[in-house]
Amino acid sequence: MNAPEKFLAGTAAQPATGTSHFHESARAQVAGAATYIDDIPEVKGTLHAAPILSKVAHGRLLGVDGSEALAMAGVRGIVLAADIPGDPLLATFVHDEPIFARDKVEFVGQVVGLVVAETVMQARRAARKVKLQVEALPAVLDVREAVQAQSFVLPPVTVRRGDPEQGIARAPHRLAGRLDVGGQEHFYLEGQVGYALPLEQDNWWIYSSTQHPGEVQHWVAHALGLDNHAVKVECRRMGGGFGGKETQAGHIAVWAALAARKMKRPVKLRLDRDDDFMVTGKRHPFAYDYEVGFDDDGRVAGLKLVLAANCGWSADLSGPVADRAVFHVDNAYFLGDVEIVSYRCKTNVQSHTAFRGFGGPQGMIVMEAILGDIARALGKDALDVRKANLYGVDERNVTHYEMTVEDNILDPLISRLEQDARYRARREEIAAWNAKNPVIKRGLALTPVKFGISFTATFFNQAGALVHVYTDGSVQVNHGGTEMGQGLHTKICQLVADELGVPFAKVRISATDTSKVPNASATAASSGTDLNGRAAQFAARQVRQRLAEFVADKQKCRPEQVIFAHGQVSGPEAVMSFEQLVDDAYHARVQLWSDGFYRTPKIHYDKHTLTGRPFYYFAYGAACSEVAIDTLTGESRVLKVDILHDVGTSINPAIDIGQIEGGFIQGMGWLTTEQLVWNDQGYLATHAPSTYKIPATGDVPAHFQVALWPEANPEDNVGGSKAVGEPPFMLAISVWEALRDAAAAARGDGRVHMDAPATPENVLKALKA
Amino acid sequence: MESKTIRFVRRGELVSLVNVPPDRTLLEVLREDLQCTGTKEGCGEGDCGACTVVLAEPGAGRLRYRAINSCIRLAHSIDGMALWTVEDLASDDGTLHPAQEAMVQCHGSQCGYCTPGFVMSLFGMYQNHVCRGGRITRGLAQEELSGNLCRCTGYRPILDAAQRMEQLPPVDVDEARVLGQLEALRSKRELVPSSGGYLDPRTLDELLALRAAQPQAQVVAGCTDVGLWVTKMHMRFPQVLDVTRVAELRRVETYENHVAIGAAVTLAEAYEALVAERPQLKTFASRFAGLPVRNSGTLGGNVANGSPIGDSMPLLIALGAHVVLLSRRGHRDLPLERFYTGYRKNVLAPDEVVAWIKVPRPAPGELLRAYKISKRYDDDISAVCLAVSARIEDGVMHHVSIGAGGVAATPVRAVRTEAALRGQPWTLEAARKAAATLRAEFQPISDMRASAAYRSEVLGNLVQRFWLESQGLEQINLESFRLEEATAP
Repeated sequence: MNAPEKFLAGTAAQPATGTSHFHESARAQVAGAATYIDDIPEVKGTLHAAPILSKVAHGRLLGVDGSEALAMAGVRGIVLAADIPGDPLLATFVHDEPIFARDKVEFVGQVVGLVVAETVMQARRAARKVKLQVEALPAVLDVREAVQAQSFVLPPVTVRRGDPEQGIARAPHRLAGRLDVGGQEHFYLEGQVGYALPLEQDNWWIYSSTQHPGEVQHWVAHALGLDNHAVKVECRRMGGGFGGKETQAGHIAVWAALAARKMKRPVKLRLDRDDDFMVTGKRHPFAYDYEVGFDDDGRVAGLKLVLAANCGWSADLSGPVADRAVFHVDNAYFLGDVEIVSYRCKTNVQSHTAFRGFGGPQGMIVMEAILGDIARALGKDALDVRKANLYGVDERNVTHYEMTVEDNILDPLISRLEQDARYRARREEIAAWNAKNPVIKRGLALTPVKFGISFTATFFNQAGALVHVYTDGSVQVNHGGTEMGQGLHTKICQLVADELGVPFAKVRISATDTSKVPNASATAASSGTDLNGRAAQFAARQVRQRLAEFVADKQKCRPEQVIFAHGQVSGPEAVMSFEQLVDDAYHARVQLWSDGFYRTPKIHYDKHTLTGRPFYYFAYGAACSEVAIDTLTGESRVLKVDILHDVGTSINPAIDIGQIEGGFIQGMGWLTTEQLVWNDQGYLATHAPSTYKIPATGDVPAHFQVALWPEANPEDNVGGSKAVGEPPFMLAISVWEALRDAAAAARGDGRVHMDAPATPENVLKALKA
Repeated sequence: MESKTIRFVRRGELVSLVNVPPDRTLLEVLREDLQCTGTKEGCGEGDCGACTVVLAEPGAGRLRYRAINSCIRLAHSIDGMALWTVEDLASDDGTLHPAQEAMVQCHGSQCGYCTPGFVMSLFGMYQNHVCRGGRITRGLAQEELSGNLCRCTGYRPILDAAQRMEQLPPVDVDEARVLGQLEALRSKRELVPSSGGYLDPRTLDELLALRAAQPQAQVVAGCTDVGLWVTKMHMRFPQVLDVTRVAELRRVETYENHVAIGAAVTLAEAYEALVAERPQLKTFASRFAGLPVRNSGTLGGNVANGSPIGDSMPLLIALGAHVVLLSRRGHRDLPLERFYTGYRKNVLAPDEVVAWIKVPRPAPGELLRAYKISKRYDDDISAVCLAVSARIEDGVMHHVSIGAGGVAATPVRAVRTEAALRGQPWTLEAARKAAATLRAEFQPISDMRASAAYRSEVLGNLVQRFWLESQGLEQINLESFRLEEATAP
């Protein structure tokens, strides 16, 4: 259906960039030959660890009795907070997380320590035999309760522009409502894993499945009481990340390192899937209250919105996640008079963390819900109301955080999808169908996405890379980004190959390694290619420049006249193979390797007022989704999806389409089948794929069409491309709005209240509430 | 307890493993003992498919291939079979198998961690369909891959790959050679041990003798639940009694009035037999777990395990199925609903086994519907399952039997609702009353799958659906609902 070949025409100017080159590891992956951390041959003497978990949501930790566990076969020891040589708190920004629980436990699943044994199963069995003496304290489990109790991990933030109270009061129409949107488990197929090897002179080699090796390095060093240079962290690839291995992988690595230090042996810690669910943070659940005034066209005249983020027991990344939610409340729409209050609530559950979109989805969904509600209140088509509220190009173009939207393509993009997907005609067909059919009701929605690209923490927007050309003309590239399946390494190899004018096969990537490129930012915020791609390009460009100067000197021309293409290097006098040139240059003592560094231009913002230009540019997209619901059971199906998405000039269409499709299906899961259920004791009852249901093959819509917007990124970005990791996730909000449209058709009274995810139970409830 | 040698065929060679504990999983043996780390662990409970491998056994003169979850399969259970893992498909010169090449060409791998499992499910499909001249449709691909989860791709490229395989240069297994090796293994087989860690009798007599002699041994079939007791509950089984090799229990036999399904018949084959007689059960059958679980698990195991949320029992109860229990003392034949005495408790004596499930053949005029309500359409566990079998003549319900799951501590028969309906005119009013009776008949619990209130409400609503379907209404059930223009080939 979305086979990438059809996007190839007209993009063949460069030999590698712009083509749908296969994933650089595809052939190894399909043969079972791609190595993940748990596949690395174990060093002799390796021990295995398993975590000891709190069974109480909140309480005083009075004692730990490991005697039964220690007597079990194969068990070598127990590691607790007292065994930490360095800071007993993790080196997080907020510095509020004990590495191992000490005097109190704050959620069911909190790690109190580790059991270390000869085998994984011995460690896991023994860990359950460790007895914790805990005096239970009252726990805060509900996010609205946390707001009431002012239980926060970070202070509230308010962003305000204009006079929303006046705007609401003067508007001809008003609505108020509330919404609850659930969290989401990452469900990376490869669970969290770290492998710590002590080396000579208190040096450490850490294998970590992490999106942020530099942070793992810093955290491990900090916990061990060492300088960063004593720790090397390596990651060739992850079996999925999605934000779940941004900070959460650091915990695993630190725990493994502490165990290895105590045991003086290599230690591997691979979490059982159920433990992974219990221990690690998820997408933040959000609760919303809103009040909105609007005119006869549905245009928002004033909005007051409260966003309560359920952050769990510690801050982790909740500050920037909640900030990004605030930044994305507008989605594609101009909000003139608006007040947004953002609460960062502390509850006694897992510490919620980064997850694809990083608060953006939680910001956008409430605005889309409000516009859907406005449309129903006015009896208008929701697309008309959305269009009436879009950002303008020359006016109504400044966001509520004072950034001018300079690259707005919303109107033409939405209009094209509206045509291509036959939105208006289908709207009528569906209305006619619904009028005749009593049990199944169909719904339709077209929703846009405008997503800001850059880390909101401006200093993260930097990257480094190394390009080595060996004497035989083969090329190795290394950079600070990590591969989690998103195709970053493939795109980087394409970019470097083109910079040097060599075939893709000449370029190999090596594992991400803190001893090669230091101080790298997390591979997150969709920024991997933008940042590292440019850094790698610059590194390759410097090698090329030296080679061009070498040729120019020989052929008596200017370096710009030397062309690198198709494995050949041509000057005005002669053509030679790249390999020959490299060999000549080596013997002439020309440096054949270089570093490259990139920092994103133009961005700045005030983190206290949340104003400025936090984003270099916006990525846009829109999706039109059709669904059906069963009014007897609340079950639903996504029938038909059309997507038009903006990746600028695609570096690799197959990879970009893969991100769009995969992001959409993952977003659909968030809003439909994926439900996290904590019981009244704070125990996560959905802690395995038997109870937590991510989409399966049968959930792929029968019609699932993706098209790419044909324009380059107007900002100067690598290859004219745009970031693609996160933005498509939010296209799935169209599914959610279509489900509410179907529920409205069933109700017939112009009102729908439905909480997310739209499980059969929540849909059925929405039909009656 | 000493365990016997495990022998199987892999990469054309005979592999022998000694001293493998009876409760060690196939995945542990592959990854930890054989250092074959291509096969991945994603969940350790048979729900994600990352650990999928393919087994083959002789059947009707050729090989029968089954993709299964190695993470919950006991290693000893593959004794005498042929095994393929993801490392075994490419040829020696590195040429990829069509199952692999199609995945590369269609960009079917991103992070690559689920990929070995998908490749093996695709290999199973290739052997069972492409090599047999069958076509892989979109629907077939979705159905047979529903037990493999991918979190990156959104599945479209993987479904494309399933359909691409047949366009690539064909590769086939040398079946004659493998069959010969398996036959050689069979003839070399040690005598059935009367003791030891892993007991896998081949005849009913052997089974009953071992069951009587070793009542403490954990009885297993496909291990799709017992496997989790090992990996998740950390239970240890020094002795295991595997019923799946008993020839008499591996057969489906059709009699004049009933079909007898042996307790060791896999769920895939058992449902095939049920669907053959009642085609309307096809989607219900394909929604039972994923194919790797249906390929390992058995109907007898599902029945004996007796989970209140198992999907087979409501259907079997509605069909009026009986279960036959055997011991050396004799046999017992009882209606399935009478087999259960409490939550995961049943009437089995320590020396007894479940031997057959007897399913009555369709009676003329039988109106049968089985409804499954779950958060996810495929490979999920029911919040509510309801099966209704009725015979309505001249507007009167002459016969009705109703099985329900997810509403009580055991699978149950809705006897009060049946009594209220039996012999009564089948009208909208009667359906409404039956819905109310059914809601009142059970007091379901609230859990992570659904609240008690939802379960109760839906129970009644499903009676309403049954009414509508009995009146011939169509397009009222998402299971069969399709947008015509949206259906892919």
